[in-house]
Amino acid sequence: MNKNTFVLDFEKPLFALLNEINKLEEATDKQKCADLIEGLKKQFYDLRERIYSNLTAHQRLQIARHPERPYTLDFIKGLGENWIELHGNRTGADDEAIVGGLLELEPNLTVVIVGTEKGHNIKEKQRRNFGMPQPSGYQKALRLFKHAETFEMPIITLIDTPGAYPGLEAEANGQSWAIAKNIQEMANLTVPVIAVITGEGGSGGALALGVANKVLMFENSVYSVISPEGCAAILWRTRDKAASAANALKITAKELLEIGLIDEIIPESAGGAHADYLQTTANLKTALQKHLGILKTKSKEELRAERILKFRNYGIFTQ
Amino acid sequence: MSIKDLFKFKRRKNLEQAKPSQELISEQELSELWAQCPSCKTTIYTTELKANLMVCTKCEHHFRISSYDRIEQMIDADTWEEINGSIKPTDALNFVDLKPYPESIIGAKKKSGATEAIVTGIGKINGLETAFGVMEFGFLGGSMGSVVGERIARLAETAIQKKLPVVLISTSGGARMHEGLLSLMQMAKTSSALLALKKHKLLFISVLTDPTYGGVSASFAMLGDIIMAEPKAKIGFAGPRVIEETIRQKLPKDFQTSEYLLKHGQIDLVVSRKELKKTLAQLIKMHK
Ligand SMILES: [Zn+2]
Repeated sequence: MNKNTFVLDFEKPLFALLNEINKLEEATDKQKCADLIEGLKKQFYDLRERIYSNLTAHQRLQIARHPERPYTLDFIKGLGENWIELHGNRTGADDEAIVGGLLELEPNLTVVIVGTEKGHNIKEKQRRNFGMPQPSGYQKALRLFKHAETFEMPIITLIDTPGAYPGLEAEANGQSWAIAKNIQEMANLTVPVIAVITGEGGSGGALALGVANKVLMFENSVYSVISPEGCAAILWRTRDKAASAANALKITAKELLEIGLIDEIIPESAGGAHADYLQTTANLKTALQKHLGILKTKSKEELRAERILKFRNYGIFTQ
Repeated sequence: MSIKDLFKFKRRKNLEQAKPSQELISEQELSELWAQCPSCKTTIYTTELKANLMVCTKCEHHFRISSYDRIEQMIDADTWEEINGSIKPTDALNFVDLKPYPESIIGAKKKSGATEAIVTGIGKINGLETAFGVMEFGFLGGSMGSVVGERIARLAETAIQKKLPVVLISTSGGARMHEGLLSLMQMAKTSSALLALKKHKLLFISVLTDPTYGGVSASFAMLGDIIMAEPKAKIGFAGPRVIEETIRQKLPKDFQTSEYLLKHGQIDLVVSRKELKKTLAQLIKMHK
């Protein structure tokens, strides 16, 4: 059952039930109402199933942004052994909106993991800039990609960001170039690259970690060219139309799989990734192992050429 | 503008005021004859402005220009051959905002006279054959969707086949929302297509003009072997309003201008429109 403290609007009936169950369980004559508790629990699971199997794009967006959703460092805890975080872009900064390092995914399989990190409490959020990288963050990522290439390690990126940071220094330090450079260099890598949208795939800031051989998305994650609020403000002239924009933009994993822009959907635990980190992380690991198994049979040139071709073919037009 | 022209203009105005029912010249014809500089507010005779490459004769303000005017300025007469003009946008997502996307496309075509937000082709710059692309701001704000991405990728591929340098002139508000994530993917598509030029030692010059933002600035436009910009063009990743709302402070006056980018090491050159063709030709010659 969910232990979350942050409750989304459409989860409210669910948490009302949960409250009732908790109250009964804490009562002194708990034995007497065992049947009642069982009944309520069944109701809870049924309702959760019903709510979570009929989500709108806008509801998924809220789940993707749930403050208790697992972030990169949460996933890393359950994904492998001997995590060693590596820091810095080597030219003056260590942007903590992006974390990266080495992890033994399996006893004989070291991978480079690079992911955005939003942080769970206010202090962490500030330190991580709410998961919005600066140019130095993208430079750090690129340095780690190159490290992986040198030592022939697969690369896994975990993406959950509102986008690249729209700030004065970010612009002065070349945000555009940093993103463009990463996109181009990632296309050219000769090791397996798997990108996973774990929460919010926010525009260019997400794509700068997203040019991969396989692009996977969590069931309730979203991936979008612009935030639905931003899109609504421009095309509908009001941010209040974010739900309409979320529908129009086709941002959910299911829709993007249908269009052919992603390769696989990773299931989340019942009640969303925030309800069960362990199960969600296990699902992630299964998907990663499957795709790494396929990619390891390919030559360096195949990995590079297939990745470039994959993105070369994206686009729908008439001729 | 000569005094005589100004006098003519005033007299015409007076006539109009005197006899509103017998207009000698319509409002629209008038605006076609004259243009006001958005920077110094001087009124300039359009033919004079055109002769000056759409640069204000008084303050050097560079007016935004259409893709076909740009081609006329940059490409030697009778050498231009457009390619991939038959690649057209389609409504892959059934996107509807205040109106359906197909209606927006029809409107954009009418407004700009272009078939999409980029025109690509082969032409000569001072006798040097070049694979050339110009974005069209009049077409949905020069936004990049599937067609822009495809035309750029094919231009790069044609350049490799014909062993030609590539010049792309950008002006864009960013990625096209109406095509959703497909538009975002064009950033990766164009960036990797242009990467292939390097292996063939083919030069790619990116020219940034007012305005160049978002998905275009954060992809191919910033990946030129040489990057230049027209004076005082606005260039950036995030729009100034979004930045001001985020950081809650006023931005410096020269923020995100060509000169600001030059000062911050992001571009190679700021080149005025009058020098642009000559500079491109010289650079291409040096890399032959
Ligand atoms: Zn002027």
